[in-house]
Amino acid sequence: MSKTIAEINEKIKSGKVVVVTAEEVIGLAKEKGISRAAEEIDVVTTGTFGPMCSSGVFLNIGHPRPRIKLGGGKVYLNDVPVYTGLAAVDVFLGANALPEDDPRNKFYPGEFNYGGGHVIEDLVAGKDVRLIATAYGTDCYPRKKLETLINIRDINEAILFNIRNAYQNYNVAVNLSDRTLYTYMGVLKPNLRNANYSTAGQLSPLLNDPYYKTIGIGTKIFLGGGIGYVAWHGTQHNPAALRGDNGVPRRGAGTLAVIGDLKQMKSEWLVGISMLGYGCTLTVGIGVPIPILSEEILQYTRVSDAEIFAPVVDYSEAYPQREPDILGEVSYAELKSGRIKMEGKDVPTASLSSYPKALEIANILKSWIEKGEFLLTEPVAPLPGAESGITLKPLIERPIEE
Amino acid sequence: MDVSRRIVLHFPSSITGQPVVYRLVRDFDLTFNIIKASVSPGEEGLLIMELSGIEENYDKGIQYLTEAGVKIQSLSQDVVRDEVRCTHCGACITICPTSAFSLEPKTRRVLFSHDKCVVCGLCVKACPPRAMRLYF
Repeated sequence: MSKTIAEINEKIKSGKVVVVTAEEVIGLAKEKGISRAAEEIDVVTTGTFGPMCSSGVFLNIGHPRPRIKLGGGKVYLNDVPVYTGLAAVDVFLGANALPEDDPRNKFYPGEFNYGGGHVIEDLVAGKDVRLIATAYGTDCYPRKKLETLINIRDINEAILFNIRNAYQNYNVAVNLSDRTLYTYMGVLKPNLRNANYSTAGQLSPLLNDPYYKTIGIGTKIFLGGGIGYVAWHGTQHNPAALRGDNGVPRRGAGTLAVIGDLKQMKSEWLVGISMLGYGCTLTVGIGVPIPILSEEILQYTRVSDAEIFAPVVDYSEAYPQREPDILGEVSYAELKSGRIKMEGKDVPTASLSSYPKALEIANILKSWIEKGEFLLTEPVAPLPGAESGITLKPLIERPIEE
Repeated sequence: MDVSRRIVLHFPSSITGQPVVYRLVRDFDLTFNIIKASVSPGEEGLLIMELSGIEENYDKGIQYLTEAGVKIQSLSQDVVRDEVRCTHCGACITICPTSAFSLEPKTRRVLFSHDKCVVCGLCVKACPPRAMRLYF
């Protein structure tokens, strides 16, 4: 049997579509068998809700009178600096940006209470944001100073454009040293006393479509509580990563660049967060629908936590020194049991990505599709697969010779 | 003699629908100033307030609260979870030295057991969305 996206969309419009979450499909495939499940199920919805640092927002704030050219000047939103290397009133706000007077790690570990991710959350929540700008002044843009409140509902555009989200699998972080580490993977206790992981496992979008057979450029998705699209493959997309027999990567592999109108998103699904001793970032909610076009596609979506493995990496030495060593591999079923066995120790686990929220996203997307509010899109181009030859390149430093 | 004390009240979910504070005013002639409140019907509630009045009435008021099933703590310090801000990621679970956080196995939501909390405050800064708050 095979189906097309157009046929599935007809079923959505006529209210006859069968949608299940990536959690529900596991049991259904077992109960009905692959063939019948693939025939009956039209769409499997996935979800993930975790810290995604390479996220940010393009804003066009509108022209004041008299005009000002922010490009080449300095602009702060709630004291957080934004990028101004664009035209007169376009700026880019990155999730990791910090106020200049934030003490950072001067008082270690730094608290990083407010940064770019929090400004994004405040914008989405409809709060007024303080804009303070200085510029050099030109004949056509005479203003040199601008101080005003702005609000997302009044500005021309607010576009969320995240260049790397929804990592297809990720490291489990541990600490072999004898001091506490403060990392982007959370607080890591000394001597292997905890292990932190960060994907939704069996619910995660790219783990349910390991070879990018349905998710491509132009795929319509749940993004931050609203509608978004896959814009490109994400940065550091590494389709050639080590895979298991089921095709599922055993290392960090594919990534997505996603885009959407921030004005229709919700602050519940874009949360500014503070990683102690590391910095500020944004927790992003993403849900991707997977059309069940064939038995093969269904076969991929029925993957369960027990069949997805992640590498355990030491963040005291191997990670910072970019050594390839891993301590071993564990399944998400083991991680979610609350304890893993590592180096002869019983290590408690914790997640940085919220499974209950990921499930909520998959269920929201499911209800949108069932109600006919969300039609699937045909990708306009595929994401690069292993055959593309794309690999993850390290930076080889070269001396600068004058 | 008049007294004025700051207290933390923990309401079991069964009595969040009752007008407890109103009775403190009506029956015991006490005055109150709410510092923080998080009370929704059918859920465990929290009320931090300053309660003032004649000592004898104050004691009777406290007795009434205790008998009604409210747990009372004097406000030296308290760790409270902001239920709206918590994303249920679970980053706190391995940080807490007394295992006050646990996962509800079925939903994987993070449960905070106030009884086990010793107010060390380690979770406050380790929580990425800063949902844990320390009150003095």
